[in-house]
Amino acid sequence: MSHSPSQPGENQVCVIIGASHAAAQLATSLRQQGWSGSIRMIGDEGGLPYQRPPLSKAFLCGEKGADSLIIRPSAFYEKHQIEFIPGRVTAIDRAAKTLTLADGSEQHYDKLALCTGTRVIRLPIKGASLAGVHYLRTLADVEGIRRELPDTRRVVIIGGGYIGLETAASLRKQGIDVVVLEMAERVLQRVTAPQVSAFYQRMHSEAGVIIETSTMVAAFDGEQRVERVLCADGRSYAADMVIVGIGVRPNSELAEAAGLEIDNGIVVDEYCQTQDPDIVAAGDCANQWDPGSAQRRRLESVPNAVEQAKTAAATLCGEKIPQISLPWFWSDQYDLKLQMAGLNQGYDQVVIRGTADSGSSFAAFYFQQGQLIAADCVNRAPEFMLAKKLLGQKQTFDLTQLADEAIPVKQLMAELTASA
Amino acid sequence: MGRMTFIEHDGTRHEVEIEADKSLMQHAADNMVPGIDADCGGECACGTCHVIVDHQWFAKTGAINGNEKQMLEMTPEGAPTSRLACQIEVTDALDGLVVHLPEFQM
Ligand SMILES: Cc1cc2nc3c(=O)[nH]c(=O)nc-3n(C[C@H](O)[C@H](O)[C@H](O)COP(=O)(O)OP(=O)(O)OC[C@H]3O[C@@H](n4cnc5c(N)ncnc54)[C@H](O)[C@@H]3O)c2cc1C
Ligand code: FES
Repeated sequence: MSHSPSQPGENQVCVIIGASHAAAQLATSLRQQGWSGSIRMIGDEGGLPYQRPPLSKAFLCGEKGADSLIIRPSAFYEKHQIEFIPGRVTAIDRAAKTLTLADGSEQHYDKLALCTGTRVIRLPIKGASLAGVHYLRTLADVEGIRRELPDTRRVVIIGGGYIGLETAASLRKQGIDVVVLEMAERVLQRVTAPQVSAFYQRMHSEAGVIIETSTMVAAFDGEQRVERVLCADGRSYAADMVIVGIGVRPNSELAEAAGLEIDNGIVVDEYCQTQDPDIVAAGDCANQWDPGSAQRRRLESVPNAVEQAKTAAATLCGEKIPQISLPWFWSDQYDLKLQMAGLNQGYDQVVIRGTADSGSSFAAFYFQQGQLIAADCVNRAPEFMLAKKLLGQKQTFDLTQLADEAIPVKQLMAELTASA
Repeated sequence: MGRMTFIEHDGTRHEVEIEADKSLMQHAADNMVPGIDADCGGECACGTCHVIVDHQWFAKTGAINGNEKQMLEMTPEGAPTSRLACQIEVTDALDGLVVHLPEFQM
């Protein structure tokens, strides 16, 4: 009889901490890779993993119900023997290979996956605990917002990042008066070129949203409930509701307390492995080594969480698969679909195809020393597909071609990819 | 209960049972059909849920919106009956549906 190779995970337990995008994919990929042991997913949001992106989009607009957010139904997890344990992990004992949960119970693990994600940064200002002051990260957060919407006429949003702007669009569409207060000189400053920021500021003001940049919020004012937002320069804005979206922090304290290396998230190698050979990390909480750019990067996006989860699952099954996927992201506001590919940090030139100053469709291509590094495409799906293709092949080419709308994207695709 | 068939590029067939109120992409995901990445979770933003519908079924898969059309036009393995699986709402009318998967998703 021939010897059958042992299956990965035989008689072992893999525990996943967190139950969101990264965790859902990691559990699924473990089974696809043939992991035959137990899989336990521990999450502190009460239920199974759900899609977070619609929270500020279709779900906030009331176009989607909570049921439709679920990533996979419970029958899927049952069928593939993926156990979900509601609860919060409070400690990891790496020597004993046990976890302690908030209710005092313990869980043994042979392999551990950290998919703890991020949490919102809170505004530590006066009035922050008044009723009507909201954050937007979880289903429970948005259910809280939606419950109050029928009595809400005016909302002040703190922070002009993607989540703040998507929230502004979703509320404006429902006829609510919206003011966005942004500390920086322009919205989306951290993530896009000035042309793209200006475009979004224009689209929002055309929709009737007031955007105030270079504005510092000093306090929230009201009796029981928030009534006004006070700014450092003395201005104030009336509000029935405030939604704060000023960024997130990685949930890395658990790993840190267990002695794992932390630096803007949980430090992992290109295979999503921590310094502990039995522990991987994936998703928003992981700061991953990128051999291509020879630096670490921590991304906050669903595609990144999914790709890292696949890599981490392979690592746990004893297979080291390098990750080659391209970072990308999307954002929906009004009828504008923004699709971004690549990372634009360090760009020295922006080429615009179409026009950002009028209309509602253009693409911005970012270059560094003549090399395409990223693209932001607004209602330009073909350009997005082109960018994904070009970014994968790392080469320099004639920039003027990209800006020339007389050349159809299909032709650019044929010419620019053929010369590779 | 109706059934649908996904055929991978190498010919491997996957039969799945129709469940109400779910997109074709979600059917693939819930049945672990490989070859449909669905990076965006069905938001018509990634183009990685490309399927090629059997000719006779194409008309029954519903209308294609502008964004889907534009993405499909740029897909290297695109065909006249290409669709994004997340944009196909599955009903009992699709009992017997056959779709083919491309070799690569974009
Ligand atoms: C409103 C909104 C809109 C977004 N839109 C987009 C978009 O359009 N496109 C996009 O790509 N991305 C978007 N994102 C980002 C995307 O949702 C995240 O990148 C993604 O959720 C990361 O998944 P994750 O599994 O790594 O972490 P998370 O989703 O943060 O999940 C981590 C989970 O672990 C739990 N957890 C943490 N610690 C413990 C513990 N000790 N014990 C038990 N459980 C624990 C947390 O409660 C949480 O449920 C959006 C995010 C938000 C909030
Ligand atoms: S799942 Fe992303 S386009 Fe269909």
